Amino acid sequence: MDLKMNLGDAAIDAVMGYAIVFLGIALLVLVVVLMGRIMSRKKPSPAAPAAVPQPAPAPAPAPVGPAAPGVAGELKLYDTPDRDAAMIMAIVADELKIPLNELRFISIREVKK
Amino acid sequence: MNNILETLKKLWLESGFMGFFESGGWKSLLMIAVALVLLYLGIKKKFEPLLLVGIAFGTLLTNLPGAGLYHMSLWDAYVYECPYDVTYDYALYNTAAGHAYTQEEYYYYVAARGCGYTDGQIEEYFENQARTGRDITADFQTLATSADFDPAVLSDMEVIEKLTFTDIAHIGGLLDILYIGVKAGIYPCLIFIGVGAMTDFGPLIANPKSFFLGAAAQFGVFFAFFGAVLLGFDGNQAASIGIIGGADGPTAILTCMLLAPALLGPIAIAAYSYMALIPMIQPPIMRALTTEKERSVKMEQLREVSKTEKIVFPILVAGFVILLLPSTAPLIGCLMFGNLLRETGVTERLSDVAQNALMNIVTLFLGISVGATTVAARFLTLNTLKIVLLGLIAFCFSTVGGLLVGKLMYKLSGGKINPLIGAAGVSAVPMAARVAQVEGQKANPSNFLLMHAMGPNVAGVIGSAIAAGFLIKVFGA
Repeated sequence: MDLKMNLGDAAIDAVMGYAIVFLGIALLVLVVVLMGRIMSRKKPSPAAPAAVPQPAPAPAPAPVGPAAPGVAGELKLYDTPDRDAAMIMAIVADELKIPLNELRFISIREVKK
Repeated sequence: MNNILETLKKLWLESGFMGFFESGGWKSLLMIAVALVLLYLGIKKKFEPLLLVGIAFGTLLTNLPGAGLYHMSLWDAYVYECPYDVTYDYALYNTAAGHAYTQEEYYYYVAARGCGYTDGQIEEYFENQARTGRDITADFQTLATSADFDPAVLSDMEVIEKLTFTDIAHIGGLLDILYIGVKAGIYPCLIFIGVGAMTDFGPLIANPKSFFLGAAAQFGVFFAFFGAVLLGFDGNQAASIGIIGGADGPTAILTCMLLAPALLGPIAIAAYSYMALIPMIQPPIMRALTTEKERSVKMEQLREVSKTEKIVFPILVAGFVILLLPSTAPLIGCLMFGNLLRETGVTERLSDVAQNALMNIVTLFLGISVGATTVAARFLTLNTLKIVLLGLIAFCFSTVGGLLVGKLMYKLSGGKINPLIGAAGVSAVPMAARVAQVEGQKANPSNFLLMHAMGPNVAGVIGSAIAAGFLIKVFGA
């Protein structure tokens, strides 16, 4: 059996193959985007009030000093999970003996060697 | 004293060293040199050492004359119905033709057929010979040197049946037996379970657009496929060569094994060598096709992906892609199974085994058995040089395809996407993503592209599996 291909057939197969890869991927993108939308719709919105009645808050301990103003700005995280960032901020505040809400963190970045 | 000398002479004549002085022995020596170079690259230069060291050692073992660890003729007989002239091996012939000849009887049989004897006449001779005790070796020599002996007659003899894995396991060497795992497509798929268990699809789920970069970077596959046809390879061979551009070892091995098993050695070596050379191949192309401004683009932080999304993703992708292209089932199925083990959170032990123990064991068997296919007679051909060249072209054009679509996305997004991440679409996880990170940081030291590049990088694995599925579907029949 002669398996040799002519160049025309090879070109058609090549173009068709590349197109099929794109088509398959495009459909997959559609499915993944759809999945993302459905998932985010199911997630409770952080702004929405909780339906369950909250128990009465315990009386707050007397403040040691005057309350510090709220945190300013927005923290940017690079390759750092939220949990790690929270721990880092807590450690820094503890080491500096400054309340966390008086510190301003601009960004946290994992340094890779 | 004579006996001692005779024994020593026999030992020397039967040693592997004599094999180097036989016809074609220099080819074995050359292949041993190739094995040593590959070992040097793997050990000293750290080029994909986990696989290259195994492949190189397999190359060394298979080219040591007389070792008998791997038999090319057995695998020929597995793939094809073999013409008689490749079966000058009485054990192989016995298994294939259902005889129980001794070596002498087999030689007599071949010589008698060459002299025009029928099977019935030969059987009659064997019966007489058993009764009378005639010297079969002398009769064989008489026939083989007779003027009636016509070697051309042998090529007209009937072909033998194909061998099965069971036949090969009975009569093959150690590497023949290990190679069954490659031939049956088991090793590449098991490796894909490990790859899936090690892959975090989070960046891809967070930014599904990066899927397109994984698709774009399959350009080299089809470009090299066309180039291979241009250089005279048939469709099956061209498809196997093209898939080197997918920069995915297991996918290349599986595709090649299904479509052009005779080319497995050079294709596997080319694929793994170029994957190791990605930090050298890609940067010049990246710098040539992008501007300093494009390379210095800082991308926005990716959204957080929930655990549920990560669990649903492998199930969804496996179902969807396999339904779309059923021939991708072994690769995508195993990749996504491995990933599900990682993400469920209740199968940590299985995920750990897939990522470590299983991956290491299979890598060990895969490397040495793929290396065993680089038998001098098959490897030292012009085709190997062509494959090495086409493999390089495939890698380069895959990078080009990813970068060009990356540039398009840069324009369409108003400069928010760094086109360098397109180059990571060539699979080779995570090497290609690291290269994108390094190049991005050279242009802008505060640039961190790694997580953004991981999206196209893992999309490339899926893209190359789809490309392989297409080629297997078209040329597999």
